[in-house]
Amino acid sequence: MWKWLHPYAKSEKSYALSGKLMPWFLVTAVITFVVGMVWGLAFAPADYQQGDSFRIIYIHVPAAMMAMAAYSTMAIAAFIALVWQIRLAEMTVAATAPIGAVYTFIALFTGAAWGKPMWGAWWVWDARLTSELILLFVYLGIIALYNAFSDKVLAGRAASILTLVGVINLPIIHFSVVWWNTLHQGATITKFDKPSMDTAMLYPLLIMIISFAAFLGFMSLYRFRNEILHRESHRPWVISLVQQSSTQINKRG
Amino acid sequence: MFNAFAQIVRKELLGAFRQQSDILNPIWFFVIVVTLFPLGIGTDPVLLARIAPGIIWVAALLAALLSFERLFKDDFIDGSLEQMMLAPYPLAWLVSAKVFAHWLLTGLPILLVSPLLAIFLSLEANTFWALFLTLLIGTPILSLLGAIGVALTIGLRKGGVLLSLIMLPLSIPILIFSTMAIDAAAYGQSYIGMLALLGAMLVGAITLAPFAIAASLRVSVS
Repeated sequence: MWKWLHPYAKSEKSYALSGKLMPWFLVTAVITFVVGMVWGLAFAPADYQQGDSFRIIYIHVPAAMMAMAAYSTMAIAAFIALVWQIRLAEMTVAATAPIGAVYTFIALFTGAAWGKPMWGAWWVWDARLTSELILLFVYLGIIALYNAFSDKVLAGRAASILTLVGVINLPIIHFSVVWWNTLHQGATITKFDKPSMDTAMLYPLLIMIISFAAFLGFMSLYRFRNEILHRESHRPWVISLVQQSSTQINKRG
Repeated sequence: MFNAFAQIVRKELLGAFRQQSDILNPIWFFVIVVTLFPLGIGTDPVLLARIAPGIIWVAALLAALLSFERLFKDDFIDGSLEQMMLAPYPLAWLVSAKVFAHWLLTGLPILLVSPLLAIFLSLEANTFWALFLTLLIGTPILSLLGAIGVALTIGLRKGGVLLSLIMLPLSIPILIFSTMAIDAAAYGQSYIGMLALLGAMLVGAITLAPFAIAASLRVSVS
C-alpha cells in the first residue's frame, strides 16, 4: 500500500516532486489571494459592531490558522523523522519552522492592530494571544537550536525532538479559549453546525485560508528544496544539476 | 533495576554533598532575586502580597535554569553518560533517576525556603499553602522539562542561553496555572482544579519526558 511512497525517501526524487508541485501551490495561492482580498476588502459587508476594521480578519485568522498548521506539519514530520529515521522529514521540520514563525508573527501583529480599535489596547494578556506568543517563542527556540549545531544531521534530530516536546503547546492554544474564556472572541468558523458569521463574510475568509495554506505549501517546498541542495551538495546529482543550470545561465548571458 | 535507580540517586546526592556550593548557589540566587523585588518596587504589604506568587515562581524558574547546567555536564565530560547508555537498563529509566536526584537537590530546597519568602512578602497562610502545593507539583515538571533542554544543548559550546530560550516558553503553562491557583487562594476560592491540571501535567511529564531526555542525549552524545 505504501510502496509508491518509498522512492521519495531518496532526496533526488523528493526534489523533483516538490519542484513539480511548487508552481501549482504558487498559482493557487496567488489566484485565491487576489480573489479573497478583493472580495473581503471591497465587497464583503461591514460588521454591524466593528465596522470596517473587522476586515483585518482576512489576514489575521488565516495567518493564525497556518501558524498552527505549520507546527502540526513539523510535528508530524518530526515524528516520522524520529520513528522511521527519515532524514528528509528532518529537513521538512527545519524548512517549515521559519515560515511558521513568520505566520505566527503576522497573526500577532495583525491581532495587535485589530485589538487597538476594538479593545482599546495594542496588547492584552488574553489567553489566546499569550499562547500564540508562546508558540512564537517555541518556533524561535527550534530555529535557534537548529542553527546552533554545526552538524546538520544532529541539528535536524535535535530540532525534531524539540518540536515533539513543544507539540504540547498546540492543544493548550486550542483549548485556551475554552479554559480561560476571556477577552478574545470565541472561535468563529470552526463551529460548522451554526457559524456565527454571515456567509457573505465567511466565503472570502475561507478563500483567504486556502490562499495562505497554498502559500505555506509553496514556501515550505521552496525551502525544502534549498535544504536538500544545501545538505546533499556533495552528491553527484546535485553537482550535475548545478552544472546544468550554470551552463544554461551562461548560454543565456 | 530499582537498585540501579537508587544507586544513581545515591551517587548524585553524595556528589552534591561533597561539592555543596553547586547546590547552595541556585538557592541563594533564588532568595536574592526575591529580595530584590521589595527593594525595587517598595514595601507596601498589600502590593507585595498581590505580586508575591508571580515573583516567587519566576525566581524559582530562573534558579532552576541556573542549576540545570550541572545535571548532565560532568557526566558528559567524563564519559559516564556513555556508560549509562551502554548499561543493561533503559536509558530513560536511568535518566529519570538523575532528574529525581536533581529535583531533590534543587526543587526541594526551594520548597524548604519558601516559608521564609512568604514572610518576606507578607503572604497569608492560605495563600502560602497554595504556593507551597503548586511548587511541590510544579518544580518536578520544571526539572523534567529542563532536563530535556539540557540534554539537547549539552554538546554545544554556548548551550546556556539556548537552554533558557528552549525551556522558558515550555514552562509558561506551569507558571500560568500555578499563579492562577495562588490567585484563587488569595481570593478565598477553591484552587483544587488548577492543582489537578498541574498534577496532570506532572503525570504527563513523568511518563513522557524521560524518553525525550534519552532521545536527546543520544543525539548529543553521538
